[in-house]
Amino acid sequence: MCLSPKSTRCYRILLILTLLSFLPFAALCHAEGSEVQFQEGINLLTQKDFTKKEAAIEKIAESGDKRAEAVLRALLEGTLFRVKKDNSIVYGSKEGSKITITSILTGEELGSVKKRKAKKITINNALRTQIKNELAKIELSNPDAKVRLDAVNKLMPTLTIESSDLLANLLKKETNSEVSDALKASIAIIGLRSPEKEKRLLSLTELKGNLNPAVRNELNRLINEEQDKAVLHKAKSALSTIESKIAFFGLVEKGFFGLSLGSVLVLAAIGLAITFGVIGVINMAHGELIMLGAYTTYVIQQLLPDSIGLALFLSIPAAFLVSGLAGIVIERSVIRFLYGRPLETLLATFGISLILQQAVRSIFSPLNRSVSTPAWMSGSLQLNPILSLTTNRITILVFSLLVFAGLYMLLKKSSIGLQVRAVSQNRAMAKAMGVRAARVDALTFGLGSGIAGIAGVALSQLTNVGPNLGQAYIIDSFMVVVFGGVGNLWGTLLGGLSLGVANKFLEPWAGAVLAKILILVFIILFIQKRPQGLFPQKGRAAG
Amino acid sequence: MKSKLLSLSLGCALMSGSLFGGQALAEDTIKVGVLHSLSGTMAISETTLKDTMLMLIDEQNKKGGLLGKKLEAVVVDPASNWPLFAEKARELIEKDKVSSVFGCWTSVSRKSVLPVFEELNSLLFYPVQYEGEESSRNVFYTGAAPNQQAIPAVDYLMNDIGVKRWVLAGTDYVYPRTTNKILEAYLKAKGVATEDIMINYTPFGHSDWQSIVSDIKKFGSAGKKTAVVSTINGDANVPFYKELGNQGITADKIPVVAFSVGEEELSGVDTEPLVGHLAAWNYFMSVDAAVNDDFIESWQKFIKNENRVTNDPMEAHYIGFNMWVKAVEKAGTTDPTAVQDAIIGVTVPNLTGGYSAMMPNHHITKPVLIGEIQNDGQFEVVWKTSGMVVGDAWSDYLEGSKDLISDWRTPLSCGNYNVKTGKCSGQQ
Repeated sequence: MCLSPKSTRCYRILLILTLLSFLPFAALCHAEGSEVQFQEGINLLTQKDFTKKEAAIEKIAESGDKRAEAVLRALLEGTLFRVKKDNSIVYGSKEGSKITITSILTGEELGSVKKRKAKKITINNALRTQIKNELAKIELSNPDAKVRLDAVNKLMPTLTIESSDLLANLLKKETNSEVSDALKASIAIIGLRSPEKEKRLLSLTELKGNLNPAVRNELNRLINEEQDKAVLHKAKSALSTIESKIAFFGLVEKGFFGLSLGSVLVLAAIGLAITFGVIGVINMAHGELIMLGAYTTYVIQQLLPDSIGLALFLSIPAAFLVSGLAGIVIERSVIRFLYGRPLETLLATFGISLILQQAVRSIFSPLNRSVSTPAWMSGSLQLNPILSLTTNRITILVFSLLVFAGLYMLLKKSSIGLQVRAVSQNRAMAKAMGVRAARVDALTFGLGSGIAGIAGVALSQLTNVGPNLGQAYIIDSFMVVVFGGVGNLWGTLLGGLSLGVANKFLEPWAGAVLAKILILVFIILFIQKRPQGLFPQKGRAAG
Repeated sequence: MKSKLLSLSLGCALMSGSLFGGQALAEDTIKVGVLHSLSGTMAISETTLKDTMLMLIDEQNKKGGLLGKKLEAVVVDPASNWPLFAEKARELIEKDKVSSVFGCWTSVSRKSVLPVFEELNSLLFYPVQYEGEESSRNVFYTGAAPNQQAIPAVDYLMNDIGVKRWVLAGTDYVYPRTTNKILEAYLKAKGVATEDIMINYTPFGHSDWQSIVSDIKKFGSAGKKTAVVSTINGDANVPFYKELGNQGITADKIPVVAFSVGEEELSGVDTEPLVGHLAAWNYFMSVDAAVNDDFIESWQKFIKNENRVTNDPMEAHYIGFNMWVKAVEKAGTTDPTAVQDAIIGVTVPNLTGGYSAMMPNHHITKPVLIGEIQNDGQFEVVWKTSGMVVGDAWSDYLEGSKDLISDWRTPLSCGNYNVKTGKCSGQQ
């Protein structure tokens, strides 16, 4: 395989293979036995028994065969099949009712078989862990620094004293600083178990401030077992540094969680702030307009099953239109006859909300619909070993701020915005100035409903798309609007975000159920003191 | 004697059928009540069970009905509204004169209808796993009791996976609270320290799981193998699993074993990040048994959708319905008191290839299976009990309940007989 010893990459692979052979979890690399061993491992995979499969994985990994990595990866991903006819193990990919199979040994295509003629090789969690560890060992020699880093981190909890020399050798060859740091930390973790006091002290210096959970667990172990006072003292101080850092990042994380919950509240409530604030209509069907937006996302994803990301972007204008039109229809057909009669409006819109829910149940079935999340919105942004922010929440936080900014600009800068503000501040005066108040009402209601639809697109990424989606958010939306101040966008933004943050800071202390109750009680008390909310509306009409 | 009676009544039915035509036949049916929510929050789960009952009744009619009469389903919609369950149950029994009722999902709905069934002496077959601590003369519990689901699942995690730290997460209502109380007592009895158990409750339909999942992650990073035992109910599971996936908690790091997540719940979810998480049930759609294949086939044909899945509560109705049919045939009448006596000891095939029997405590025998979620939304069985497990109404791990037994046979005929004091308190 490596004919020229000068090639550095080859050298690294050779080195690692030799190194691995010293690790207790990797056996010696037999140059001759490898083919036989690999084949034996593959044959063992045909057995149904999980302990046999465990032995198979071990054999395949130990064989050092260059096909081993691909086989283990396929096993992990569930693309390894057993053909029932000749009991052979092949790679397979499902296409409709057929499975296209490829040989493991030669990599050539073997045609396709019917779905029932081949059975997927199943694994369980224990095997999954085993495969991941084996793969990590192979990945230590991966040319990609990020993969190497992951591999080092993955192996950190399984380190033993024997691995120390080879880690040191790996470290000598390592060019990437992050991977070097991880290797140094691994060596230091092993150093903590050293019988020499000096070495333990040195390791502690190295590990000071390292946030990897493996380090913290090792320090805890050391503190329990350590006899030497100097080491004990140093270990305790190292642990307390780490713990204060963890506490700090925990606070950052909590703040982020709060903002993200708040941004969802703002999105859900901002449309209501407009309809409630401008026309003074208590729209109980607001939640169902959000639901319509979420279902629009579902429908568009059904139409474009191959490009989920694009479908999501298209859903934003589409949901705005669908919910906006629904809103205008509701306003023109029901609400405009009930202006000035808040109780009747409340009941009428509650009725509409039930009608919309049942309509969705009849059209889409009462079962929840599955809306997919595009790949770029799943997973998380790892800032350090203990702080990671989930991408979907970041996206929605940014999105809700954008929606807020857009809406704010629309109301402040456009002529329709001017009219809306005029009507909301003093309807009679606006009418006298030639503003067609009825038209403005309809448009405002449509705008608020459209924004609810956009909120639905965002919520479809976070929660279940089902007939009850709206009900879950209507109370929260009213809470935010009342708290923030009726008819004030800034109030809604600030109200939503602060309620979100307060909720998240209360939750670990009081539990999710009590936190909600406390927030509600707080708002009731707040409204007693300031019935106008955080930002009361200015102007003569706001009496 | 019994067969003579049967043929006599069969003959009568046939004669009346031929003499008076279809109308007389329609009047002379055995009515079966179906009490499942078709609207509201629980519609998502209960609608399927209503359809299952319609299918079972339909199949029984094709086989010639029962006691020579056709069965007729009376479907009502209690709309996920707990007090309405009691009203609808009363309506079914008093107005429609049904001979038995199959229904309810949540424990609170069962508690709501219980006094109605006891007052009017009718029969309820309850198909969902529940928290135990109850035994009524009028209710047959065909779902799992805690010792048929929760306890074996914890045993599996402890002995086979080596779990040392436990998160008990649940929705805030009676089933998770009681189950977790039992599990906590059980874990402590097994020597698990208090600081290695974390208990968390969330409201129905909870969707913001960020901080809870982050707490679980921190709890699980202490170097001991950690698992989550989830009694989270209904659709709150979807955002929960999504958040687990996003925060990078995969099944090999912290496995989640769920008692309320089945094939039906997974059918609306992208299962990729869930692969390897566990569920404990008494039935999985993927179980390899001829009787199961037949059931799946007839279900998909009945519902006219090849993608519909089957799940555990459906199997419970299958077992319960067949037991009731057999008991009615044995008693020769649909009279509730006669059926109550006849049904104890009745054994019918279940869908996992074995036989389930109705025990004197009105619970049934079932196998316990642990499955891992696969990327096609199905479960792969990774562990199962060697034999059938008898449902235990009163948990052996709770103070005040461990001395109680339930036996509805004469002479005892008591739902909560205290073996220490030798007294039957209340339920009889």
